[in-house]
Amino acid sequence: MKRTVPLSAGNGGEENNELIRKVFYKAFKNDILLKSEDAAVLDLEASKIAMSTDSFTVTPLFFPGGDIGKLAVCGTCNDIAMMGAKPKYLTVGFIIEEGFDLRELEKIARSMKKELELNGAAVVSGDTKVMPKGTIDKLIINTSGIGELEYEGISSNNISQEDTILVSRDIGAHGATIFTAREGIELQSNLQSDCNSLYPTVKALIDAGIKITALRDATRGGVSAVLNEWAKQSDICIEVEEESIPVSPEVFGVCEMLGFEPTMLANEGTFCLAIKNEDASRALEILKQFNQNATIIGKVTNTHKQRVILNSSYGTKRFLDTPTGELLPRIC
Amino acid sequence: MKSLELKNLYDDFRDSKTIKAYASLIEQEAKKLDRSINIMEVCGGHTHTIMKYGLPQLMPKNVKFIHGPGCPVCIMPKHRIDHAYILAMQEDVILVTLGDMIKVPGSKGSLQNARAKGADVRFVYSPMECLKIASENPDKKVVFFAIGFETTTPMTAVLIDTVIKQNIKNIYFHINHVTVPEVMEELINSRDEHVDSYNNQIDAFLGPSHVSVIAGAKIYEKFPKEYNRPVVVTGFEPVDMMEGVLMILKQFSEGRCENEIQYKRVVSFEGNIKAQELINRYLDKASLFKWRGLGNVPNSGLKLKEKYSNLDAEIIYKDVLPIEEVEDHKLCICGDILRGMAHPTECTIFGTACKPNSPIGSCMVSSEGACAAYYKYGNLL
Repeated sequence: MKRTVPLSAGNGGEENNELIRKVFYKAFKNDILLKSEDAAVLDLEASKIAMSTDSFTVTPLFFPGGDIGKLAVCGTCNDIAMMGAKPKYLTVGFIIEEGFDLRELEKIARSMKKELELNGAAVVSGDTKVMPKGTIDKLIINTSGIGELEYEGISSNNISQEDTILVSRDIGAHGATIFTAREGIELQSNLQSDCNSLYPTVKALIDAGIKITALRDATRGGVSAVLNEWAKQSDICIEVEEESIPVSPEVFGVCEMLGFEPTMLANEGTFCLAIKNEDASRALEILKQFNQNATIIGKVTNTHKQRVILNSSYGTKRFLDTPTGELLPRIC
Repeated sequence: MKSLELKNLYDDFRDSKTIKAYASLIEQEAKKLDRSINIMEVCGGHTHTIMKYGLPQLMPKNVKFIHGPGCPVCIMPKHRIDHAYILAMQEDVILVTLGDMIKVPGSKGSLQNARAKGADVRFVYSPMECLKIASENPDKKVVFFAIGFETTTPMTAVLIDTVIKQNIKNIYFHINHVTVPEVMEELINSRDEHVDSYNNQIDAFLGPSHVSVIAGAKIYEKFPKEYNRPVVVTGFEPVDMMEGVLMILKQFSEGRCENEIQYKRVVSFEGNIKAQELINRYLDKASLFKWRGLGNVPNSGLKLKEKYSNLDAEIIYKDVLPIEEVEDHKLCICGDILRGMAHPTECTIFGTACKPNSPIGSCMVSSEGACAAYYKYGNLL
């Protein structure tokens, strides 16, 4: 018989404890969590910490290259890593729909465990709620986390013409994967989400003494959202050579068919970097050790402040704008 | 044999050297002309390519693009969107449509709004998905809100054919298909009552190639013959469009006026006869179709043949579907833009009150609309 999560598992009583013990403690166990106090008491060495929170919902819950659990750990750890910090402690909140398959929940917890280990981070506090069937879509996970700063001064407000813009790998894989996996599209592909932990890459950059101005993971809104945010926050113009933007043939194919632009698609393990010009090529070498498709994509100018310009290889220019609205395929 | 990769199909048609070479050929050809040439690309897909690749920046001063009405979502009048909304709100209906149709606001809201209120609205990539939805929901009525030009009509016809042959009892149709040549004629013939100085500025047409894959190049024969307007049926890649423009300019410089095919790799004069037969088996010309921004255009719409009225959602639900027409916003100049008389940037609400995430006019609602393309890609000229 399929074991499922009953509504009573959110009651704070016996069934609740059983769920926590059998699924979550099993996956996340560590000294702090197992103390089972009202709040976790943490030891921190650094004087500065980075903190971030995010809630995760994705359809389907399991997709090529990851699942909602991996996404929930990567999402928060990556945000922390983007500030030059080492992800250390996380809290997790599970909001579960009544009747959710217990085996799937265990699978999700296991994949979170694996990703936590990759980051060297631990879940130190958690919460579980069960909602009546039909009131939420299967499962929502919230994660919050803190990390110790290993590199100070990273900011999206300080990018200048002394910086070069890079991207850590080919873009748009997560967005294209999720879209093709959705019902109603019926596309078959070998696409895999880029869902991945970025701290190891950031650490390598820091250890090599690269002068980092800004880092940002290109999640919802894709690379175009990140570049537009940077252009506005730092009051600069970013000029990108369109041909240099790395896009895999699979992602490009999905975009061609459905009328999307790779720069609009979400990523879950891809980040943009603003690196001091003199360090750009060294940074690229390091990025390439993690993914061969890392590339320098552009530079900072003052042509059109607060805008992003795409230069084509045949001499035309256009603005790259922030995407709006729901992503929908074009009609013909 | 070497395997065929996707990029083999488009690489040459986006090659920067070829684009540059065409730009210089176009410049030479344009120099031979002592006049300016306004070329209307009828199709929203062409408008999209023009803006995405910045083609106006490669044109000489005397060659201009004017953007036509060929976006099936943009031209949908509000009262027909209201039909979709009302159908979606029926308790036993699953409303299925294509892509960004679900974003377009009618007078009651968009299909997205209906979905937020609990309606079952789904968008599909292929109309054949309706078969799966219908078999999974036998107690629901699946209404396919069919939209598009000649390009998407055959898919609807195949679905109708399947529904009839397999005797499927829970799929119905709300047909909003429209045809290209009739609206081109309207653009040449019509005079705008609000603008005294209006005379139509279209010197030549770029015909959308995917329409002619189905309907053939033959549908444009009358434009050079009866209206003295050259037509070049053109593909959607930047190299295709540059070649199409060059072919038009050559017609002017050589004193020809013809219906030519640039997209020879797929388009024939006759088109896809099988698809045409299937369409004609199930669909008739509607005497009038009201285009948003343009008004009534004779013979430009399609409807289900009378003998299939048992599948026609417009007839089955006629008691709840309004027939009154709904006026567009007063400040919106989409009508002028669709006629090629104004540019999106000339509109007072462009980019201010009217944006892609809160569209007021029809040209902003779909990503293929001229205003949306201008908003998205800007213009660095």
